[in-house]
Amino acid sequence: MSRITREDVERTSRLARLSLTEQEIAALTRDLGLILDHADRLAVLDTTGIEPTAHALPLATPTRRDVAAPPLDPDLALRNAPLREGSAFVVPKVIEGEES
Amino acid sequence: MDTLETQRAALEAGAVSARELVDRALSAAETVGARLNTVVGLRRDAALAEAEASDSRRRSGSIRSPLDGTPLLLKDNMVMFGELTTCASRILESFVSPYDSTVVERLRAAGAIVIGRTNMDEFAMGSSTENSIYGPAHNPWDESRSCGGSSGGSAGSVAAGITGYALGSDTGGSVRQPGSFCGVLGMKPTYGRVSRFGLVAFASSLDQIGPFTRSARECAWVLEAISGHDPRDSTSLPEPSPRLEAALTGDVSGLRIGLPREYFVVDGADPAVIGAVRSALAELESAGATLVEVELPHTAHVVSTYYLVATAEASSNLARYDGARFGRRAAGVENVDEMYRRSRSEGFGDEVKRRIVLGTYVLSAGYFDAYYKKAQQVRTLVRQDFERAFEACDVIAGPTYPEPAFALGAKSDDPISMYLADIYTVSANLAGLPGLSLPCGQSAGLPIGMQLIGPAMDEATLLRVADVYQRRTDHHLQRPPTGRERAA
Repeated sequence: MSRITREDVERTSRLARLSLTEQEIAALTRDLGLILDHADRLAVLDTTGIEPTAHALPLATPTRRDVAAPPLDPDLALRNAPLREGSAFVVPKVIEGEES
Repeated sequence: MDTLETQRAALEAGAVSARELVDRALSAAETVGARLNTVVGLRRDAALAEAEASDSRRRSGSIRSPLDGTPLLLKDNMVMFGELTTCASRILESFVSPYDSTVVERLRAAGAIVIGRTNMDEFAMGSSTENSIYGPAHNPWDESRSCGGSSGGSAGSVAAGITGYALGSDTGGSVRQPGSFCGVLGMKPTYGRVSRFGLVAFASSLDQIGPFTRSARECAWVLEAISGHDPRDSTSLPEPSPRLEAALTGDVSGLRIGLPREYFVVDGADPAVIGAVRSALAELESAGATLVEVELPHTAHVVSTYYLVATAEASSNLARYDGARFGRRAAGVENVDEMYRRSRSEGFGDEVKRRIVLGTYVLSAGYFDAYYKKAQQVRTLVRQDFERAFEACDVIAGPTYPEPAFALGAKSDDPISMYLADIYTVSANLAGLPGLSLPCGQSAGLPIGMQLIGPAMDEATLLRVADVYQRRTDHHLQRPPTGRERAA
């Protein structure tokens, strides 16, 4: 059985900015345990000295000339904003402890 | 008249107008598509206007490409200016794109007409098109069964003849597996062949857009139109669009087809699937190809490797859904952290949450080396398996999926068995190789798919083999019980 605990799931979902219900935590603890049990079988492979693959094909980071081009129209860019004011996204207060 | 080949021929002969084709496709989407729940949104007025523009181009002798005037459907994770793109997720329920994806830009330049969006698993996470805010898509061969996923809506729509072709995306089999379930050809090109600009990211090192069609020839036309270098995708291959139709020579003599030993002994593979694939291989052998046994020794580890890599990348990619700039924001939030947590918790479905948490876990301090880095190293071993196998053969063949379409609901409570069945498809994504699935028979009235995997950049050989097979057989011409030609 995997070592993944309810506390692991709670800590990880906090990191992922998800608030889970009791039911979701129980289901995830079970499912992640089963998935990681399976993944633990990778340990039988000796990968000493094997380079990790991040991308399947060899790709160098391409560069381009730094030439100004027309940007996305600000109105279009803001069209999906849940809340906007002029050309700005409005979000709740970020820094605590200041007088608003 | 529901295939791309017949539609193109009729347009060229002046026997039909683009307007008529688009109008009929829209009607089929509204009837058959609604019944199967494969189509989730239509752009009726815009598509009809584009069809009329295509007709006037044709009248003046200035068509843009062989696809000019032909209708198609787009999986709901590729953006199109002014249209909804929801990824079948509550969090993007009302997202209207401010730009065109590169595939849409290229389809427009080719004169092709996008009539609407297809159903999918939320954020392309799933193999059944059940994880969707629109509800499950139904397989036209048996409406109690799944279309496969995650591009099930696109596959089911082409199978039902709503449009002659559609686009999907394939991160671990999401084009090939639904192609197999629905009895149509689905191709995942080489990683980097088709630009991902404007494709909503799931796992960026694995995602690739690909077409659904009936014939290999049609697939060649569509792929030629959408592939080629794009400076807006930094992982786009620096190659022009390949010439694919010219490669359909009808000749496979001397071609070496590799059969991975591990693909024919997988526990739980349906004997009917193995049998149909073996018959198809015998057909190719009698066409002049040589069958050789090859080994892919890390096959037993590909599913774990895939799910560790894919969920890690997904957890990072999906961090952008924070309720701040676009997408759903939970009501009445008092601070930023609450905005993030509640918007995401209300906006994502169960499967997406499961993968985000798994991906976050394998990337977190203390587990990174044991899981994520280990998986990346095994990914190297999987790539090397294919490099060695391709020394002995030109193309690899096997089943696409261990069974025909399963019943809706059959696996929804059992994510592990759903994941494990991806054993044949995920390797091509891990290794960045092109793969396609084509129908090669049936079992109890349900289609079976054969998968072909090729060396990087060699879509041409895959299509040549598929084309030879289709010239000698009629599996790709079979029609499901629910479809446009049969609609009353």
